Amino acid sequence: MAEPHLTVKNLVMYYRTVRGEVKAVDNVSFSLPRSKTVAIIGESGCGKSSLAKSIIKLLPRNVSVYKGVILFDGVDLMKMDEETFRRDIRWVKITYVPQAALNSLNPVIKIGEQMIEPLLLHFKIRKAEALEKAAKALKRVGISEEFINHYPFELSGGMRQRVIIAMSMLTNPELMVLDEPTSSLDVLTQANIINLLKTIKRDLKLSMIFITHDVGLSSELADRVAVMYAGQIVEFASADEFYRNPKHPYSQKLMDSVPTLKTDKKLDFIPGSPPSLLNPPKGCRFAERCPYRFEKCKESPPVIKLSEDFYVRCWLYEKR
Amino acid sequence: MSRLKHFFRQLLLYKSATVGLAIILGLIAISIYTVFSIPYSDAIKLWRAGEQYWLDTPRNALPSWVNLFLSKKLPETIILDTENPQVGVSKAIISAGEESSVIKVEFVFDYRYDDFPSEINLFFKSSYNSSPPRLTIHWVKPNGEDIVLKSMLVAKDDRYYISNDEKLAKRLRSIFSVKLNRTIGYDLPISVLLFAQEDESLLDPGTAKVMKGTYRLWIDGIAFEKDVKLDAKLVVYGKVYGWAGTDHLRRDLGIALLWGTPIALSFGITASVSVALIQIFIGALCAWFGGKVDTVLQRVTEIFMVLPFLPTLIMISTLYKFNIWVLLLIVILLSIFGSGVKNYRAMFLQIKEFPYVEAARAYGASNFRIVTYYLIPKVLPTIIPSMVLSVADFVFLEAALAILGLGDPLAPTWGKIINDAYVNGALYKGLYYWVLEPSVMLALTSLSFAMLGFTLDKIFNPKLREI
Amino acid sequence: MPLLDIVDLRKYFEVKRGFFGSKGYVKAVDGVSLSLERGESVSIVGESGCGKTTLGKTILRLYEPTDGRIVFDGKDITHLTWKELSWYRRETGLVQQDPSGALPSFMTVKRILEEPLIIHKVKDREERMERIYKVLEQVKLTPVEDFLEKYPHMLSGGQQQRLVIARSIILRPKLIIADEPVSMLDASVRVEILKLLQSLQRDYRLSIIYITHDLSTTRYFSERICIMYAGHIVESAETRELLTNPLHPYTRALLNVIPDPDPSNRFIIREVPAGEPPNLLNPPPGCRFSPRCQNSMKGLCDVKEPPMVEVRKGHFVKCWLYG
Repeated sequence: MAEPHLTVKNLVMYYRTVRGEVKAVDNVSFSLPRSKTVAIIGESGCGKSSLAKSIIKLLPRNVSVYKGVILFDGVDLMKMDEETFRRDIRWVKITYVPQAALNSLNPVIKIGEQMIEPLLLHFKIRKAEALEKAAKALKRVGISEEFINHYPFELSGGMRQRVIIAMSMLTNPELMVLDEPTSSLDVLTQANIINLLKTIKRDLKLSMIFITHDVGLSSELADRVAVMYAGQIVEFASADEFYRNPKHPYSQKLMDSVPTLKTDKKLDFIPGSPPSLLNPPKGCRFAERCPYRFEKCKESPPVIKLSEDFYVRCWLYEKR
Repeated sequence: MSRLKHFFRQLLLYKSATVGLAIILGLIAISIYTVFSIPYSDAIKLWRAGEQYWLDTPRNALPSWVNLFLSKKLPETIILDTENPQVGVSKAIISAGEESSVIKVEFVFDYRYDDFPSEINLFFKSSYNSSPPRLTIHWVKPNGEDIVLKSMLVAKDDRYYISNDEKLAKRLRSIFSVKLNRTIGYDLPISVLLFAQEDESLLDPGTAKVMKGTYRLWIDGIAFEKDVKLDAKLVVYGKVYGWAGTDHLRRDLGIALLWGTPIALSFGITASVSVALIQIFIGALCAWFGGKVDTVLQRVTEIFMVLPFLPTLIMISTLYKFNIWVLLLIVILLSIFGSGVKNYRAMFLQIKEFPYVEAARAYGASNFRIVTYYLIPKVLPTIIPSMVLSVADFVFLEAALAILGLGDPLAPTWGKIINDAYVNGALYKGLYYWVLEPSVMLALTSLSFAMLGFTLDKIFNPKLREI
Repeated sequence: MPLLDIVDLRKYFEVKRGFFGSKGYVKAVDGVSLSLERGESVSIVGESGCGKTTLGKTILRLYEPTDGRIVFDGKDITHLTWKELSWYRRETGLVQQDPSGALPSFMTVKRILEEPLIIHKVKDREERMERIYKVLEQVKLTPVEDFLEKYPHMLSGGQQQRLVIARSIILRPKLIIADEPVSMLDASVRVEILKLLQSLQRDYRLSIIYITHDLSTTRYFSERICIMYAGHIVESAETRELLTNPLHPYTRALLNVIPDPDPSNRFIIREVPAGEPPNLLNPPPGCRFSPRCQNSMKGLCDVKEPPMVEVRKGHFVKCWLYG
């Protein structure tokens, strides 16, 4: 069995705010084989964006705890110094598309100029050559090359998001981290972007981390699924297992609350709201809203392995 | 209520705000005390009263507490009045026969200060039918020497300015010249001659020393009628007075300093609050109604913004003299179409697009209701810092106009004190207290509002970005 | 008699191009007809920029229609003035997308709910409090006393939206327009809010117009769906009928593209119509979807606008495939 492309073990990231310490990433572990996609599903405030940023070491200014192991191709990124990381890994081997990235294009700089910036920074390459690469990348995402000389406002939302994806592919990365890449787009445009990502995945054999709150959308790309709740991964399963047979009560309730077009099912909702990351409750963090809670849930459930790679954090699955 | 408490706790975290707030509270306390202990009408009367009222106070006297810091103690005013029986005053009118009476008045006092008095005056009040009494006034120094100051007829309301009597001055100088066998210079005033030690030090006014001891002024007189009344008052003017000193019209500066406080505060606060509120209202109207209303009001505002404020005010002040409250009204009228309107209009243009405004329209809120209850309250917290800061501006504006001589000439304000001081050459004469006292008050007021205002700005500013 | 009858409604926005440029019109709503019975709910589904929000606001008379007619409860309200519409404000309610923006941050819950009552002259203070209590109980913001003095920022997103709904029903309206009522809420809270609206609809015979871009929620909460594209309603049918037998190519594309959670999805590349929705300043001639439509018939679809035909009972389509 080949070494996984990315292994995250016991990753912790807390940061301090005026109101206290936010336990954004609280002991997260998962693994990702080469050329596969893991979807990180969760609602707003569960820590998934913080998790993505922690993996590529984009830490907030007021970080208080940051520890764990991030093995990328066998190398522990945590132990790597910032200089080397910046030179070799970030935006070179691992690229990151943040949320609402299409709005972060500089409106007064032409698209071509913006795209080649990381290339010029990381590689000894002439501007003309870089622009050529950029043009090719645009073509690959389905945008005509002439847009190199246009400004962002001349493009629609969907087209801008494609530009961002093109930018993130310029350095031929091995792993792409996408945080809600389609959240502000229309349904049809979203489908187009997802098609594009599927094509890239198939043709370039990229590994991907795909973060979203939309359960249905996650199934478009995911080979593996990690469900995040209150800073922890409560279920990590293969796509086949997860969408057909979710184990954790939260995963189940989440599935129940997603309306479906094709299948008829009864919709359900989860009463209450997710806990704040400032003071997560002791014991199982979902217990408060869980219909199956029992005495043991007062203790924090450990990782209970369901197979080689996958696990669930729930006392219901404790092996007797 | 808890919101307010929480807000205050936040505010007091900043030392500058605490200090500013403390000073402002102090000023308000002074204002309240002043308003109650010296009612406005009284204060005006006192301030505008002519010399008549202030006759008993020295001219340009320093504040009394200066004596705490001086080795050479400056004299305080000594008043001896036959109408107020006290130790050292005695009066007797004895009728001698049918047509005459003998008058004897005596003033005795101790003088132990290190410096000479500024003035010496004698005031008379008499009543008679046709012939005024005749008086001879004597001066006895502690060394026993008796000098006749003057013989005079006393009118009904008469006064003898001893320290200004030129003839007496000449006489005294020649007496002392003879005594010391040296010429006494012309720069020795009577107040020195009558109180000095008679030795070498007398030759120079700088070195003259006070003869400390008991002095006596006695009056010997004849009245040519029966039923003659006579009252005399001796005032030996000191060089210090009160807690604030006096000005050129002998007025106690304390009155103006005290009354300047509520006037400055009410001027500043009224102006800044009225201008801010009216500007907000105009800004809201422009933003909400748009179209012609907006265009017209915007152009009017721009015209006012271009007009130079202070020169216009100066121009109006030179043409018309008016009291301070009319000045307040004019300042407000000239300010309301200022740049604040543009600021608030911009804020309102943003806010009126907010969903809650649209929701209000959907449930039928009228334009007026939306502007007053939905738009303005959203903006109010952010305008408070600028309101507080502008109080200092208006206080200074009023003072500046007064200093230039263009404000209300009769109002007891700090600016007016400075104006008087300037016109009477206070700094040239070395009367620093006259300028320093009102300046310190002005500075304190402005500083306190500025400190409070900037802190409020710091607190409210992050929320500004929310808008 | 239907509660709401909209006939050929148009709303154009004037756009000036520069100082001397030509005047253009953004044709946000370009000939929409719709009718709604008392107690019925209909969804208007479309992507952003299709005009559905403008349609909702025009129905509420927050805009004045450029053309066409709106008849509510038998009364023609198309061109009534603001004052004349004050009774209409009582009969309708609006639920907006952004709950925190829709609530004034400086008013307490109590005050927010009192405002509509005060405006519509419910003078008796006790009656106002009674109605406030009742409506807060209906939206399950209980215990009521706890919420009365709170400010909006102290509530969660779901609670805020419930407050918005409470405010919209406090005047006992007959019609509610819900414009993307749950799109800014978390997935687990969405169902709760939609169920609340559904129960209110049942209990008070409310008519609700849902405006949304999310087709998947509509099947649970409305009886009819209207698909909107570029200012036109292109298909309208009863919910189950539309989802099982979509006729218009655009509707078919939407249904094809929205993913249900299914692990096999990742192996399929879906067929998606290329391109973007048209610019409403200069919509293409003929059928507005034709530039992106696979079935577009040259010479017909790009020249003449198709009529709205009733293909099956209650199922209307605006497409030359059926015209």
